[in-house]
Amino acid sequence: MSAVLDNVAPAKANSKRLDTSVLEPGWVRITLIAVALIFLTLFLFIPLAAVFTEALKKGWEVYVESVIDADALSAIKLTLIAAAISVPLNLVFGVAAAWAIAKFEFRGKSILLTLIDLPFSISPVIAGLMYVLVFGASGWFGPWLAEHDIKILFAVPGIVLATVFITFPFVARELIPLMQQQGTEEEEAALVLGASGWSTFWRVTMPNIKWGLLYGVILCNARAMGEFGAVSVVSGHIRGETNTMPLHVEILYNEYNFTAAFAVASLLALLALVTLAIKSFIEWRLHESRKASTAAAPH
Amino acid sequence: MTSLALPGNAAATKPRRPGRVIPGFGISLGFTLFYLALIVLIPLSAVFLNTFSMSWADFWATVTSERVMASYRLSFGASLIAAALNVVFGGIVAWVLVRYQFPGKRLVDALVDLPFALPTAVAGITLTALYAHNGWIGQYLASLGIKVAFTPLGVVVALTFIGLPFVVRTVQPVLEEAERELEEAAASLGAAPLQTFIRVVLPTITPALLTGFALAFARATGEYGSVIFIAGNLPMVSEITPLLIISKLEQYDYAGATAIAVVMLVFSFILLLAINLLQAWTRKRAGKS
Repeated sequence: MSAVLDNVAPAKANSKRLDTSVLEPGWVRITLIAVALIFLTLFLFIPLAAVFTEALKKGWEVYVESVIDADALSAIKLTLIAAAISVPLNLVFGVAAAWAIAKFEFRGKSILLTLIDLPFSISPVIAGLMYVLVFGASGWFGPWLAEHDIKILFAVPGIVLATVFITFPFVARELIPLMQQQGTEEEEAALVLGASGWSTFWRVTMPNIKWGLLYGVILCNARAMGEFGAVSVVSGHIRGETNTMPLHVEILYNEYNFTAAFAVASLLALLALVTLAIKSFIEWRLHESRKASTAAAPH
Repeated sequence: MTSLALPGNAAATKPRRPGRVIPGFGISLGFTLFYLALIVLIPLSAVFLNTFSMSWADFWATVTSERVMASYRLSFGASLIAAALNVVFGGIVAWVLVRYQFPGKRLVDALVDLPFALPTAVAGITLTALYAHNGWIGQYLASLGIKVAFTPLGVVVALTFIGLPFVVRTVQPVLEEAERELEEAAASLGAAPLQTFIRVVLPTITPALLTGFALAFARATGEYGSVIFIAGNLPMVSEITPLLIISKLEQYDYAGATAIAVVMLVFSFILLLAINLLQAWTRKRAGKS
């Protein structure tokens, strides 16, 4: 056991440090690792295992039945629709914001950065409330919308809007630091050589940011499909119509239909696991490409 | 606030001639501002403008009523405890992940982000099932006489789960960059390991620990999905502030809901300012070494 703990495993990047890196005695090391793993087991691993165990408690048949139930399917469909609209919108916004912020200097940039981050620090419940105040029956546009028979609140548009708000910063946040780091030399070179703005963007900028972009999209999508608080406020909880997957989980759970609730929840947990897997893969790619670029161009 | 830590982002910006050759400044900034106003700023201003329909006395009475005060105590108290737990255990997790090797380390590292990726409602029902008196963990705690689910303690458990990645992900890059030579020097000069830790390591990671604490705390105060299942939601006992906003909305008390939301928003903005200052401090500390 202690041989494994003694940093022998992957002796690659920082091999020269390994001998001297650990100053503390062995029992401290083992205790710290044990404390960390016990904490993570209690708060991460057991809950993760519990989702799937509870979902499959009554066997595959009940599981499949719960997932292909008409209300569950309509919840899955609505979740996919909400993500399919909000992710591309925030993708376009993220690229535009990153382009403006990373490639140009202008006044008020740090304020703009803070404003872009704002949705992260606002409670999802308040996010939902905002749209109720704007589009609700007694809200700003409520009477006008009612007059023209347009439904936003307690309908699909409201759910999409709340999702867009909640996932607003994800792509921008990943792209801004990445594009700032890359500077403008490559684009300038392409433009000076006569490339148009668009082809510079597609041929020079895009290949440089594609992994960061994918990273942002993956996180944005996970949050879009999993959002609960904000969507709960604006959805109206109409079964089969305005229920997303997380809301459907809540309804099933409150009806004491635990197995079905965990069956739908397990789909969302799978989504989370796939997200983490892709995220780890991208991190590895980014790491590799950074290593390659620093090796190619020593400063 | 997400987990990606691209190191050295701001430091890498070089002085450049603004907008000399690169096109698209007007359209990209214009679209950014338009979209920001449409999705964030205008709806957000609705919250503040709506409170003006209330008199100051009404507003004050609403946000300081007994039930609302009890919810602040629970929301802020439980968030503080959860964030503090995450500083201790998240700090240890970050240390172990950076400094030691053990089997399955990469998998553990990847799974630390689970609370970011797992929908909060899923976390909520799962933690409730685990910590209920007949759950996997709850049954052992019950035999010790500890009730977690449907008590304020359950709120702390849910908020600890939600805040788990923040401290780990802010401390991890700082520890990776930290110069071990300093620790080695301290040790070779005769410092005991604990002394080295307190005098050399702790000052380096303190800004990151505080940033992680503030991020976890900020997230926890606004959290809804994971808490409502496990809290039990008893008025005055286990009712969090975001839930009060929802219950006021369900009673069509828009003014009341808005008033409480404004209090929470002001608090979030103050915290956001503190986080920005802490992050600047973290960068300065990291850049100095």
